[in-house]
Amino acid sequence: MKTIATTRSAMNIPTGRLAVWWVLVSEVVIFGGVLVSYLMHRLGHPEWAEEASHTNTWAGAFNTLVLLTSSLSAVLAHKAAGQGNGKRAAMLLRLTCVGGLIFLIVKSFEWTHEIREGLTLQTGGFWEYYYLAAGLHGFHVICGMLIMLWVANSADKNQDLHRVENIGIYWHFVDLVWIFLFPLLYIAK
Amino acid sequence: MASHDAAHAEHQGHDTNYVKIWLILVGLLVVSVTGPMLGIRVVTLVAAFGIAFVKAYLVVKNFMHLDIEKPVIHWALGLALLIMVVMYAGIAPDVQKSTGQRWVKSQGFHYLPAHKQEAAGEKDAGEHH
Repeated sequence: MKTIATTRSAMNIPTGRLAVWWVLVSEVVIFGGVLVSYLMHRLGHPEWAEEASHTNTWAGAFNTLVLLTSSLSAVLAHKAAGQGNGKRAAMLLRLTCVGGLIFLIVKSFEWTHEIREGLTLQTGGFWEYYYLAAGLHGFHVICGMLIMLWVANSADKNQDLHRVENIGIYWHFVDLVWIFLFPLLYIAK
Repeated sequence: MASHDAAHAEHQGHDTNYVKIWLILVGLLVVSVTGPMLGIRVVTLVAAFGIAFVKAYLVVKNFMHLDIEKPVIHWALGLALLIMVVMYAGIAPDVQKSTGQRWVKSQGFHYLPAHKQEAAGEKDAGEHH
């Protein structure tokens, strides 16, 4: 038995994909709220540039590369699903998850170093935003990985291949958020 | 059901060279990291934020396929972004200003340089007299 989301369209958009976009619209407001709020505080506090100089640009750049690469494997998974190749789609989705895992490992090393340096949530406004924005983003990476593993499992059996595109759209959004977090938290010093 | 399949099919017909797009994105990442090393503020801002917008455009267009998505999605996303602009316009004056009518930011989160605090204090005292 198939779920309604796999068989019905609304406004000529499959309801599953429409739901993903609807989630992303709310995510734009969630992440946008944090980023806009950070931006206005940053512009009002030039001294935060000194705080930002403690973040590791190379770790941030490496993580950007990892997420961009994982986005490539996600879109290639979508392409494979479109060709009806569920096995390849599943393999590429799992590869995308590996990218997410590398991202989280690098982030955990970064945070450990920073916390040991005494740069915690209590250190000041910049670090509050740093941990909030990166933490919220990391949470979305974890959620995306879990859903992706579930989708890969069904794609492996050539079932519900449309979900490969849906989780891919979500993953690209997670990548997109990082594209803006990287210059805000790591480059503008 | 037929329209559902058609809606799916139109998203499968891409012949985009995804690896090429990825290479461009990686190239832009390199520029965004090396540009600020020159130490010129304008170059840093353009390299960091200008390139972020270009990268975002490439991801949205080529990976998320928003260019062939239905207009309702564009409108919904546009509305969400508009809300962000309204939020900024409404709150930024309070956050980015150091002083206002009978208020001054204290040290800590609402930091104010010492000379500005003194100036603000004198102004406030003058108003009370």
